[in-house]
Amino acid sequence: MNAGRDPIVRFDNVGLRYGTDREVLSDLNFALLPDSFYFLTGPSGAGKTSLLRLLYLAQKPSRGIISMFGENAGLLPRKALPPLRRRIGVVFQDFRLIDHLSVFDNVALPLRIGRIAEEELRESVSDMLDWVGLGHRAEAHPAVLSGGEQQRVAIARAVIARPEVLVADEPTGNVDPAMGRKLIRLFEALNRLGTTVVVATHDRTLQKEVSVAHMMKLDRGRLTIAEPAA
Amino acid sequence: MNGRLKLRIRRASNKRLGGPMPWVVAIMVALMVMIASAGMALSNLARTSEADLSGSLTVQIMEAAEYLRDREAAAAMSVLEERDDIAQLRRVSDRELRDMLEPWLGDLGEGGANVPIPALIDARLAVPLSEARLAQIRQSVIEAAPSARVEAQSTWLAPVLRAVSALQYYALGLVALLGVTTAAAVWLAARSAMAANRDTIEVVHLLGGTDDQVVRLFQKPVVRDAALGGAVGFILGGGLTLLMARQFAALDSGLVASGRLGVADWAVIASIPLAAVALAALTARISVMSVLRGIR
Repeated sequence: MNAGRDPIVRFDNVGLRYGTDREVLSDLNFALLPDSFYFLTGPSGAGKTSLLRLLYLAQKPSRGIISMFGENAGLLPRKALPPLRRRIGVVFQDFRLIDHLSVFDNVALPLRIGRIAEEELRESVSDMLDWVGLGHRAEAHPAVLSGGEQQRVAIARAVIARPEVLVADEPTGNVDPAMGRKLIRLFEALNRLGTTVVVATHDRTLQKEVSVAHMMKLDRGRLTIAEPAA
Repeated sequence: MNGRLKLRIRRASNKRLGGPMPWVVAIMVALMVMIASAGMALSNLARTSEADLSGSLTVQIMEAAEYLRDREAAAAMSVLEERDDIAQLRRVSDRELRDMLEPWLGDLGEGGANVPIPALIDARLAVPLSEARLAQIRQSVIEAAPSARVEAQSTWLAPVLRAVSALQYYALGLVALLGVTTAAAVWLAARSAMAANRDTIEVVHLLGGTDDQVVRLFQKPVVRDAALGGAVGFILGGGLTLLMARQFAALDSGLVASGRLGVADWAVIASIPLAAVALAALTARISVMSVLRGIR
């Protein structure tokens, strides 16, 4: 489907270490193709979260080159990074919702950062909240939500701006299987609309839900990618 | 960033930034206004006195015998009148001298028979009074009036002016210290707000918020608090300064009146709260940027 197209993300000889410890990620060489779906798997401590942090530009690699949307992210000046980040949606493992903002305002945050007019964003946010089953909780604050509800708010916030790349760290870890499948359907829908999706998960059932997904396996800091089974 | 988001996030950061900060700024600004006012009043007083006295000299005829004193005074007057560098010359009348001395020596009566009073000549020069010119005038006056003492009026006030000058530097130092203290207070408040909101900042940053968007979120409440505190401090400090000015004006003293604050002085004083707001904005920006630079 996307063979021959330029990769949207490219890692060349990327390594990452924290402080003077040994590398947690070594010699990563891969490319994420546009409109593709990837599952990132691996045992705990394999470096999945570190790899995702590199993908959503929260972390600089210790070595190597990361190209995002055709630009070498390591060479870009600081002020050039926010526009790149706005093209990436992130579902954090710990949700990272802003406590003093309502559910509606948390979901609207990426649109407001992108200076979308209030009247334009209102309907989009309401539709998104309805879709994740939280339309009735728009004015609630994160502290009163269950873990599963918080996770759905985090996902809604990550996808509301229709990012070109969606990075999700265990996005279904706190929801029931039915909601997990529903959220994966949402990711698939986004993927069909052109978003490259990277989902880190241990859930093998979910992995089987998406037949077109590439499987990225991370083990002891090294990565292998398998083509989709379908 | 959208207005509503700014409002919501700012409201949350305000809870941490509010509290004592406006009052700290108010107290600092009030102190700076009062100290700067005092410093400028002293500066005006010194400048006026120096200008008044720099071209003046006094001749005292110390002769005790009244008829000899009058003769020497007339001789000194005639020597001085002949000089081109003397612009104004006046012998202070005995009545004026008695009136000046009365508060200390009591009623001296007509002629001051029991207490000999020196004759006094007040001269104003047309040119600056240098040491060489003073020595030349002194010599020619003493030749005509041997008991004469010739002194530049600025000589008597020089130690006072030096003390006033030291007080001005003291005031300037205090204003600078208070400025640094204000900056430190704002820095601490901004840092504390940053620490309390670090997670929010990181999320806004990772979702693509620019440094300027984050800085503005924290700078605006700091500026608002500083403006509020600056206004209160200016009203307090300015009010007390006006009250003091009125008290001194009631003394009806020429010397004190020369320290009166002019329009330019009040403009400088009015700039203190504005400077405090600018300092707060800059300090908040630097503190927020220092935290942001720690995040990629």
